[in-house]
Amino acid sequence: MALLEVRNLDVTFASWGGNLVALRDVSFSLEPGERLGIVGESGAGKSVAAFAILNLISRPGYISGGEILFEGQDLTQLSPQEMRSIRGNRISMIFQDPMMTLNPVLTVGVQMTEVLHAHREISAEEARSRALQTLTRVHISSPEKRFDQYPHELSGGMRQRVVIATALLTESSLIIADEPTTALDVTIQAEIMDLLLELCELNNVGLILITHDLSVISQVSQHAIVMYAGRVVEAGPIWEIVNNAQHPYTQGLIGALPQQTTPGKRLNQIRGVMPSLSNIPEGCAFNPRCQLVMEVCRTSVPTYTNIGSTRVACHAAGSAQTGNPLSLEHNKT
Amino acid sequence: MFAFFSRRLVQAVLVMLVISVIAFSIQDNLGDPLRELVGQSVSEAERQSLRNQMGLNDPFFVQYWRFFKKALLGDLGTSYFFKRPALDVILDKLPATLELVFGTTLIVILFSVPIGVFAAIYPKQWFLRLVMGMSIIGISIPVFLTAIMSIYIFSVELGWLPSFGRGETVELYGWTVGFLTRDGLMHLILPCTALSSIMLPLFIRLIRAEMMEVLESEYIRFAWAKGLTRRRIWFLHALKNTLLPVITVGGLQIGTLIAFTILTETVFQWPGMGFLFLEAVNRVDTPLIVAYLIVVGLIFVIANTIVDLIYGLVNPTVRLARSHPEGE
Repeated sequence: MALLEVRNLDVTFASWGGNLVALRDVSFSLEPGERLGIVGESGAGKSVAAFAILNLISRPGYISGGEILFEGQDLTQLSPQEMRSIRGNRISMIFQDPMMTLNPVLTVGVQMTEVLHAHREISAEEARSRALQTLTRVHISSPEKRFDQYPHELSGGMRQRVVIATALLTESSLIIADEPTTALDVTIQAEIMDLLLELCELNNVGLILITHDLSVISQVSQHAIVMYAGRVVEAGPIWEIVNNAQHPYTQGLIGALPQQTTPGKRLNQIRGVMPSLSNIPEGCAFNPRCQLVMEVCRTSVPTYTNIGSTRVACHAAGSAQTGNPLSLEHNKT
Repeated sequence: MFAFFSRRLVQAVLVMLVISVIAFSIQDNLGDPLRELVGQSVSEAERQSLRNQMGLNDPFFVQYWRFFKKALLGDLGTSYFFKRPALDVILDKLPATLELVFGTTLIVILFSVPIGVFAAIYPKQWFLRLVMGMSIIGISIPVFLTAIMSIYIFSVELGWLPSFGRGETVELYGWTVGFLTRDGLMHLILPCTALSSIMLPLFIRLIRAEMMEVLESEYIRFAWAKGLTRRRIWFLHALKNTLLPVITVGGLQIGTLIAFTILTETVFQWPGMGFLFLEAVNRVDTPLIVAYLIVVGLIFVIANTIVDLIYGLVNPTVRLARSHPEGE
């Protein structure tokens, strides 16, 4: 049985001018211990998808359709109390900015042990020793000292370690990491990512890694989904997606990686910007930015086509035009 | 902690010094104390010699220095009207005013925190919306008007509560207090409510606004993701952060509160320092006026110092001077 199976998830934000659809028909699944990457630009709906799993979308957003099966249980049907017992206990989250994630007026120890107290009958000493153990596991030196310190007394990397340790405290079977290294110093990004991976592998924890950086995902996850304007445009094994991207958007993302550019040349970019939720183009949402746009793209939403082991939503997919690997030339104009 | 405290102490002394200069310097501009002190029949020559005798003709700094030396010893001059040390006259009235201020503070804290917090949590709840609407009205209406209206409604029309004075008081460690008797408590209700009519809405709105901002923050979202109970998130994680700015504003508002006691005490004929001050102004009782300003200044400085210390206890980053962030 899959650890997590998201089926046809829709998320809507109610607003005065009508409802805005933030996620439409999003499906993906994750086996126990598997690592899945969710890629896309800002505004693609990656974070909304992550928060939707824990039913933590900020108001006025709500899940308007679909199922989220976690270990066979539909999370969208749970009562608030049942949902609370899942959060932080079975599914943990790691947020983007460790400077903002930890409460400034509570000590590291309080913020760690409270997770244990919220989900287990556990004595204060036991919770403390569990927290200290976990701090050691994330390679924090002198955990006893850190335990009584406030977040402002720790560096950014150390704070993210504390957040990771908090996620590991309860032996969750799934960790959702929303851009866990973006806010960190470049020098410790790799360190934190390696730590996260190592711990997930060691404990057979499933990991959903959200990032805008395809190169991170290509090193870390086994599967990836690419999101654009609230939809999954391409999904499949990571090596397929990186080496044989089908969707023009995925190709653009790969082309935009700095590694793809000869030093001294300008970096490639995908022209245009992600449409806002209130202004999603008709047909394929990517059509105004797409190099391969056809008449049909402007009128009808593409359905999913299976090509090899990837699933892609593009009218041009499978046809001769995309057969060739991505052409980077188009961006140099 | 010691360094923090001694720094605050030096500041407090400087503030008191400035207050004393200002308080002392306005006494020349309040009118001629001789007119109140002596009758019509006293001749101008006699008045002049009396002025010389009292040192009123000396240069300002000579007068101030004389005042300062005495003030250090606790002598703030003698009230022209009461013919008693001004400080004693004021200290006699201090318990009444403090009772009023404490009663008001209690009302403000007891009501503003829960109302503000719940108004932030349930912004669309109709009752809390009503309260928020009323709070605008409360802020807009001056205290003396609220006081007079409440006297009209609750004393004159309904006859439920007494309209003036302190009622029955008892001695407690040399202080006369009213809150220990039923009659004294009844007398406290209207003045305290009137006095809190501006402070309470202000704090409700402040707490609500702060709390709403805090509830949107990432660490609150993270707290939800940790699966904590609503109670713990609202009343520990959010409230503690909400109260930081509220404490700062609260400290500053204590001064405003004391200033408002002048109005409230006058309307309710409350035998406190504010009422005394207004009488002193009418009588050009300059030593009493100066003494009042200094005592109120002192209360203000002490209250702010205490607030700063509390703030240091609640906000861990204030203690930054002691320990530095350690890098990896």
